[in-house]
Amino acid sequence: MLKPVLKWIDDRTGLISAIDYFFEEEIPASAGWHQVFGSVAMFAFLLQVVTGILMALNYAPTPGEAWESLRYVVTQVTAGSTIRALHHWGASAMIIVVVVHMAQTFLWGAYKKPREATWILGVLLLLLTLAFGLSGYLLAWDNRAYWATVVTTKITALAPGGSILLRVLGTDGNSIGRVTFARFYAAHVTLLPLIMGLLILCHVLLVRRHGVTPAPGDEHKPKKKFFPEQVFRDTIAIFLWCVGLACMVAFVKVPLGHVADPTDTGFIPRPEWYFLFLFQMLKLFQGPLEFFGAIVLPGLAMAALVLMPFIDRGRLVRIRQRTAAITLTALAAIGWTALTATAVATTPRQIEDESLDEPQAWQLIPASQLAGIGAFRAGHCASCHVLGRSLAGPDLLKAVSVKPSDWLMDHFRKPTPDAPESDLPTAQLRALVQLVTKRDDNATEAWRTAPAGPVQGAILYQANQCSTCHTLNGEGGKLGPELNGVRARHDRAWVVGHFSDPEKFSPGSQMPAFDFLSESDIATLTDYVMSIPR
Amino acid sequence: MVNESHTRRSFYINAINVLASLMAAALAIPAAAYLLIRPKGSEDNGLSEVADLSQLTIGKPQEVIYVRKRVDGWHKVTEKASTWLVRTDEHSVTAFNPACTHLACPYHWDGPANHFICPCHGSAFSIDGKVIAGPAPRPLDRYVAKVEGGKILIGFQVDQG
Repeated sequence: MLKPVLKWIDDRTGLISAIDYFFEEEIPASAGWHQVFGSVAMFAFLLQVVTGILMALNYAPTPGEAWESLRYVVTQVTAGSTIRALHHWGASAMIIVVVVHMAQTFLWGAYKKPREATWILGVLLLLLTLAFGLSGYLLAWDNRAYWATVVTTKITALAPGGSILLRVLGTDGNSIGRVTFARFYAAHVTLLPLIMGLLILCHVLLVRRHGVTPAPGDEHKPKKKFFPEQVFRDTIAIFLWCVGLACMVAFVKVPLGHVADPTDTGFIPRPEWYFLFLFQMLKLFQGPLEFFGAIVLPGLAMAALVLMPFIDRGRLVRIRQRTAAITLTALAAIGWTALTATAVATTPRQIEDESLDEPQAWQLIPASQLAGIGAFRAGHCASCHVLGRSLAGPDLLKAVSVKPSDWLMDHFRKPTPDAPESDLPTAQLRALVQLVTKRDDNATEAWRTAPAGPVQGAILYQANQCSTCHTLNGEGGKLGPELNGVRARHDRAWVVGHFSDPEKFSPGSQMPAFDFLSESDIATLTDYVMSIPR
Repeated sequence: MVNESHTRRSFYINAINVLASLMAAALAIPAAAYLLIRPKGSEDNGLSEVADLSQLTIGKPQEVIYVRKRVDGWHKVTEKASTWLVRTDEHSVTAFNPACTHLACPYHWDGPANHFICPCHGSAFSIDGKVIAGPAPRPLDRYVAKVEGGKILIGFQVDQG
């Protein structure tokens, strides 16, 4: 049944014979495990294409919305976080295998005549792989993406013709916006894949044209077939690469930080791990030397790579005799590792604001109004004012109160002539005035839904007059730092300790010590301020 | 000797096939789930207030334009929508989806003829939504509708027929 169909297809197109021809390739007797990396690299590229297309199906390529759609992918879409992790870690794993492929080719001297063009195409493919990484990095539009790209464009500006390059990237070098984003997106999903696909095709055709590189002595031994033994080795290598990738996907969370915020000065920008060595190297070249470190040195390294077949023109020898190549590779590996390790070691710990949930209404309103909600609940106001209905008292959700605050304060103290005097502290009654006279939709929502813990925190915040110095959700003084997003700047132990001894944690602080508060009050207050998003 | 190389060859081929199938399945399963399973959070569209019950007369359908909130992918949108309301008695109301069940053209109430009529292919529906003429395959679709404190609230999901 199938055979005549296949025969017809082959007869009319030659497709089956072409595949057979590809698999029947003759390879040298020494071919083996060291030559599997090219296939793995090609597989990695194809996997990136598949997962990239899947990502694009749920992605809005504009600043801001890009982040929203990515959050949707990782929190709402089934297997969305898996697909994203495959694409994210797949990129890293592809870079590893491309570099290993290059190192193998270099060590074995496979770039020598007549394979110079194959090697040069390979160097270009390495650069393209890095360009994929760089352009894809921005597309998440979180803080990490934004700041890494700002730095990248600044470095670009140093290059000769930098201003023209910047225009190509759609930026004046000072900020990153819609145009740059569109350029990076277009490069990442149209231009780069197209060029990459074409160059991979040429690379493979050249490998086919010149054959797999033999070892000295192979000319006296009978040749082998590519299929099935070498295909088996390639498949095992691809499978192991996939297992490694699957482990990363399963056990290491892909970060999606806070949406890009150009005003976030608390963020510590760092490039992706494979660019950390460049980042660290830039620290060694300061002042006028910066141009040398950022442009000349990487440029020379790339030129040396491209020209390698013309620098080393000796005859093909066994790998054990290639001591210079082995030394060079080892030195490069040591240098890379040292630079990367230093960069990692000297990076201060970033406290990630990892909450991707939409903020609740109570997280968005001023502390005074949330404290007012506490007063409403503690003062049993709901026995007359039922929220959402007009019974004994008017429905307070219906309209913002226009009563003067004196009237409100008197009413809160003694709601009706025969009601008992309220025992709530004046501060809480004032908070209640704030709530009924100033509330917006969020406060209305919070009125119904705010959990008890944060409400208690807001009452403490109000009672201790934190807002005299600190601004929170748009209300309060400017003497102390704004408390929105404090969770991204400090960890919990810092905030807890800071309450009892501010000087110890931030020298020169003018904040009085709140050491008279009980441990549980400090805990409640800490929970509250650390729950307020930026 | 020939036999041994034959065994090796078939071992290689089997291993290639098994590993390739494993990897294809490992990618195809999450990809299918990603594409085919409905994302979370797309169903939690609440009720929208459309009109006061007192504005409607029993037996006289009325088209109402209202504003509803809807989850649209990664966005929460506030958009205009319309519905045909038919007050059935003192306390209840039927809310029809304003799209003909044939090919979703917007239909209208034909007062003199006392039925809904679709301008596209001539489907006609009685006041309770039943098909009385034309190619429409099923009665008019309805929104879940309830009356609370004199206000008419309708749901987002369409209840077929």
